[in-house]
Amino acid sequence: MPKTDPSHIEVDGIQIDLRSRALAAFLAWLLPGLGHFYQRRYAKGGLYMVCILTTYFVGFAIGGAHVVYASWIPGDKRWHYACQLGVGVPALPALIQASRLNSATTQNANLQGSENEYRTDPDFEPWWGGLMSPPRRPVREQSADEVSAWYARHGAGYEMGTWYTMIAGLLNILVIYDACSGPLSIPISGRKKDPDQDPSDETTVATKEAS
Amino acid sequence: MLSISPTYLLYYVPLLVAISLVYGATRHEDMNLVLKHAGYTAYWITSFMGVIFLILLVIGYLVS
Repeated sequence: MPKTDPSHIEVDGIQIDLRSRALAAFLAWLLPGLGHFYQRRYAKGGLYMVCILTTYFVGFAIGGAHVVYASWIPGDKRWHYACQLGVGVPALPALIQASRLNSATTQNANLQGSENEYRTDPDFEPWWGGLMSPPRRPVREQSADEVSAWYARHGAGYEMGTWYTMIAGLLNILVIYDACSGPLSIPISGRKKDPDQDPSDETTVATKEAS
Repeated sequence: MLSISPTYLLYYVPLLVAISLVYGATRHEDMNLVLKHAGYTAYWITSFMGVIFLILLVIGYLVS
């Protein structure tokens, strides 16, 4: 029985060469659309790049460039960054900034678990004007700190910017799958029935879907 | 009727366009089919949110 090549597929009557699927998936994560350019699927690559990067940077702008940062301390567990990281390189500077801030932050073991456990050196200056830098420690949920200042300055834009950047990262996960395995199949239940088709011929349809 | 400014709804438009196009593109390779699927997705999302809005509106009317 001849083996079929999983990197060559046909969708909508179009032959697709997925090339190295792992590399395509990595490139798709690195920059939205890049994996598709590598596979010579230029139209889709361009569409992904424009849609996802526009969503990401619009969100970044309306949030005042502070919506993307990496932090995991009491009072400031920024789980949103896990979604934002899906967009690849545009979210990576946050890791560098977090690493720098952590090296300038001291931990007080006596206050373990409290919001005052961490304290950033007052002389610390983040790179790039604070772009994607986490807020200075301590971050207190009930009193004024750097995060509350960002909220006050940007209002709903801060919240919406966070959502925009998160959605951009999550959309790119679909794109990574598309680069790795090709378009997702449409469930048979989601297709309109062809009125001319013989109802007893459903096995033929299922076989076509599977192929 | 709305507790927020209607201009806030403008945030919805670019998200709808981006999500619909990306979702459509992950289902098809032919760009005509991608656009068709995106249109259907946008219609579906808007209808779904419209229904939720109406339900909340009715609940708000009943409890006020």
